[in-house]
Amino acid sequence: MNAPLPPLAGPTVRTLPPGGFHAPKIVARDVNVYYGPKHALKDVGIDIPEKSVTAFIGPSGCGKSTFLRCLNRMNDTIPIARVVGLMQIDGLDIYDPSLDVVQLRARVGMVFQKPNPFPKSIYENVAYGPRIHGIARSKAELDEIVVTSLQKAGLYNEVKDRLGDPGTGLSGGQQQRLCIARAIAVSPEVILMDEPCSALDPIATAKIEELIDELRHNFTIVIVTHSMQQAARVSQKTAFFHLGNLVEEGPTDMIFTNPKETRTQDYITGRFG
Amino acid sequence: MPEHIVVAYDDELRDLAGRIAEMGGLAERLVEQAVSALTRVDTGLAQRVILEDQRMDALQRAIEERAISIIARRQPMARDLREVVGAIRVSNDLERVGDLAKNIAKRVIAIEGHYHPKRLAFGVEHLSTLALEQMKQVIDAYTQKDLQAAEDVRNRDDEVDAIYTSLFRELLTYMMEDPRNITFCTHLLFCAKNIERIGDHATNIAETIHYLVTGIQITDDRPKQDDTSLTPIDFTPPTK
Repeated sequence: MNAPLPPLAGPTVRTLPPGGFHAPKIVARDVNVYYGPKHALKDVGIDIPEKSVTAFIGPSGCGKSTFLRCLNRMNDTIPIARVVGLMQIDGLDIYDPSLDVVQLRARVGMVFQKPNPFPKSIYENVAYGPRIHGIARSKAELDEIVVTSLQKAGLYNEVKDRLGDPGTGLSGGQQQRLCIARAIAVSPEVILMDEPCSALDPIATAKIEELIDELRHNFTIVIVTHSMQQAARVSQKTAFFHLGNLVEEGPTDMIFTNPKETRTQDYITGRFG
Repeated sequence: MPEHIVVAYDDELRDLAGRIAEMGGLAERLVEQAVSALTRVDTGLAQRVILEDQRMDALQRAIEERAISIIARRQPMARDLREVVGAIRVSNDLERVGDLAKNIAKRVIAIEGHYHPKRLAFGVEHLSTLALEQMKQVIDAYTQKDLQAAEDVRNRDDEVDAIYTSLFRELLTYMMEDPRNITFCTHLLFCAKNIERIGDHATNIAETIHYLVTGIQITDDRPKQDDTSLTPIDFTPPTK
């Protein structure tokens, strides 16, 4: 039904693990992004394997968040942004004009840097998505979705007695897990995380990392992080961006012990000038 | 390679490499002195070797502590990580080399006063020259991170093994020739084995250098030339 994908090309250095990655959930080829005259992403091509964690690393302004936001068309909200190139999820063109963006974002959920619960109760925060997407047919079903989502996000035991309390009253780490529960309540296939732990303390960070490790058995996760140690801990595949280029991608073990590209080596060892 | 953004990090890595070089120099000297004490049966020199080995141990502990501290505080990545892990491995090998030199020195004290014709020790001296050359080259290869030099050292280890095997046979014939040689030759045999092991440690260090530079562990087995453990000797008692 689809034309065969063009092979991964360009200057990116690529390493495959001995057994290969999982089958790709998302593929990108020759993706270029412009913010007005600024060329923010240059010929990026990558396969994002399903049911595993892919980490994007790189200095500020390297394009990693831009690329992440392309995956569920969050850049549509920026008037001057222009995205060119091929991006598919399960063979479906993400930038097909006839595609329903709301449906796409139900499949590709997102968690942001700062926890941003709605100013509503904990219950309503999680129930909101299923309700607007018409996922639950009854109150009982909706209750069930809220509980399992909170359980999957590792938050249920902490909030089960106060589901009516405002979500904004939780601690930072709990709020972030609430946002993850909200994201998984609509049963997405992919979860995008844009620096999900940068506003959290180490304990809350460890809980989110533990959660990510569990979620990857059911979801495809893409995470942008400034913490190299975090990328090394949670991901199976790592991609290094620099100045809008995807410089190197490969198995996380390889990237952090024996990267092939000098720029990758310099960045992860703290030598960037 | 460019410097780190944090200058103190570079200083710490340099300090680590400097200490390894110091340990390497000391290891070479201890082996040299131990063998020289053996050939001359110089117990004074042997005592000094035994004492100096303590400095080796102290240096090794210091390197390990510093390496652990770097890992804890800086979370080294990629080549930095390999360098720190390499320093721990190399210092372990060098510490063992110091122990082997000390063991030779102890044997010098044990054989003093026994029957010890000097010519019997020529073979051991020759073996030690070769092993010392290996040590020296591998330490140089480490300081310069010279992959080729490390590879050469690794390939030359079978020479050490081959000489050790022939020395093993030679010492056994001396023992058969004259039972008075047995005590001295047995000690020489252990000394020879110690020196052969020093060669093995040089090979280990060469392999660490390979990992440090390339990020790839060497897996293929080297051809083994030491087959003394498979060497039978027929003994016919002398008839009078």
